[in-house]
Amino acid sequence: MIHFVVHEDGDGVGVVVVEGVKAGNELTGWIMEQDKEIRVVARSDIPIGHKVSLADYKPGDTVIKYGVDIGKVVAPIARGEHAHVHNIKTKRW
Amino acid sequence: MDLSKATFWGYKRENGRIGVRNHVIILPVDDLSNAAAEAVAHNIKGALALPHPYGRLQFGADLDLHFRTLIGTGSNPNVAAVVVIGIEDGWTKKIVDGIAATGKPVTGFGIEGHGDHETIRRASMAAKEYVQWASEKRREERPLKDLWVSTKCGESDTTSGCGANPTVGNAFDKLYPHGVTLVFGETSEITGGEHLVADRCRTPEVRERFMFMFNRYQDMINRWKTNDLSESQPTKGNIAGGLTTIEEKALGNIQKIGRKCMVDGVLDKAEEPSHPGLWFMDSSSAAAEMVTLCAASGYTVHFFPTGQGNVIGNPILPVIKLCANPRTVRTMSEHIDVDVSGLLRKEMNPDQAGDALLECMFRTANGRLTAAEALGHREFVLTRLFESA
Repeated sequence: MIHFVVHEDGDGVGVVVVEGVKAGNELTGWIMEQDKEIRVVARSDIPIGHKVSLADYKPGDTVIKYGVDIGKVVAPIARGEHAHVHNIKTKRW
Repeated sequence: MDLSKATFWGYKRENGRIGVRNHVIILPVDDLSNAAAEAVAHNIKGALALPHPYGRLQFGADLDLHFRTLIGTGSNPNVAAVVVIGIEDGWTKKIVDGIAATGKPVTGFGIEGHGDHETIRRASMAAKEYVQWASEKRREERPLKDLWVSTKCGESDTTSGCGANPTVGNAFDKLYPHGVTLVFGETSEITGGEHLVADRCRTPEVRERFMFMFNRYQDMINRWKTNDLSESQPTKGNIAGGLTTIEEKALGNIQKIGRKCMVDGVLDKAEEPSHPGLWFMDSSSAAAEMVTLCAASGYTVHFFPTGQGNVIGNPILPVIKLCANPRTVRTMSEHIDVDVSGLLRKEMNPDQAGDALLECMFRTANGRLTAAEALGHREFVLTRLFESA
């Protein structure tokens, strides 16, 4: 069963595509572009559509999704944690 | 899906364009004329009023856009005939003349000097003739290239970028080689992926024009912004759906232009494209504004991917909604025309999802009502550039 999808190899976040992901769940991901499998243990409750971090980040780091820069890290994020507006901000505007 | 001999059934208009709907519309020039327009549509069954809040003391480029949008809406081939009602005769005639250039039946009525009652009486008589005339129009079989297809997504979430938007991209890649006229836009929602769109432009001139439109919109945002636009772009709904930054939203948005088709030209708001291919239209990313502009540019079918469940429709442009978020498909099923949530479970591949959308497109073009049409969604929202005088 696929719990999250990743656009391509090298992306630092995956998108949770099932409801009810809880901290401690072992998640199976699908890297769509390369059709590969990846696993990560959730360290937060993550709603459907929200992102799970696939790496450890520190403030100032850049987050990559679709192989492209989607913003900067503003609070530490550990692999498996919920990655969203509380720890990532736009570099524009 | 082999599209080489694909056809659809549409209404041939006086200027050769093909429509997939047969509306008789009552078009107010301004806010003051909404009451009369709605009274006419109430009197005459099958006539459709398009009320809106603008049209007074606009000037310059903002007024040009107002005229272009109303004339374009009346000229759209999904419209059989038009009754125009304005508070005075001058601007009413300007809109009538613009629509009449297509050869379509159109008559205008000014309210001043007559009052609402007399205007409604005369306009109702014209509308009745048009409705009966239009009701005898018959669809004819036409080649796929006669279809104009627009796209814009709304209340996106992360599933839009990995499911619904790539489905539109797959369909666009399949339609493009057959000479279909396509458009995408949402200028602010390219932010973070503008280099990717620029790289897809057919010529250096198209690229330069695209970057001009992109930078013009960035300048406008930078002039007025009071924060990083979070909750506006991305919207509160986008953020609730898991989208974090405008860059992430933009990269999902541009999945809609597929992987193969090139950007052949750039349109200003509500401008009509001059040849087939994929066009970029400078436009707001607000759903009803952008879809209204697509209709005014002459597009006849619209692909609208959503994640969290935008419910938009348009009075004259059938809006086909597709969604890859299984929760939205479950909780808002009455709004969704094409369910592509199987993509995220690997139960459906992008080619199958694109074909499912195209199959719905042909059925819609041939006359099947979209969910938004059946539910009565008729959002007609004019884009404003600045304050009235």
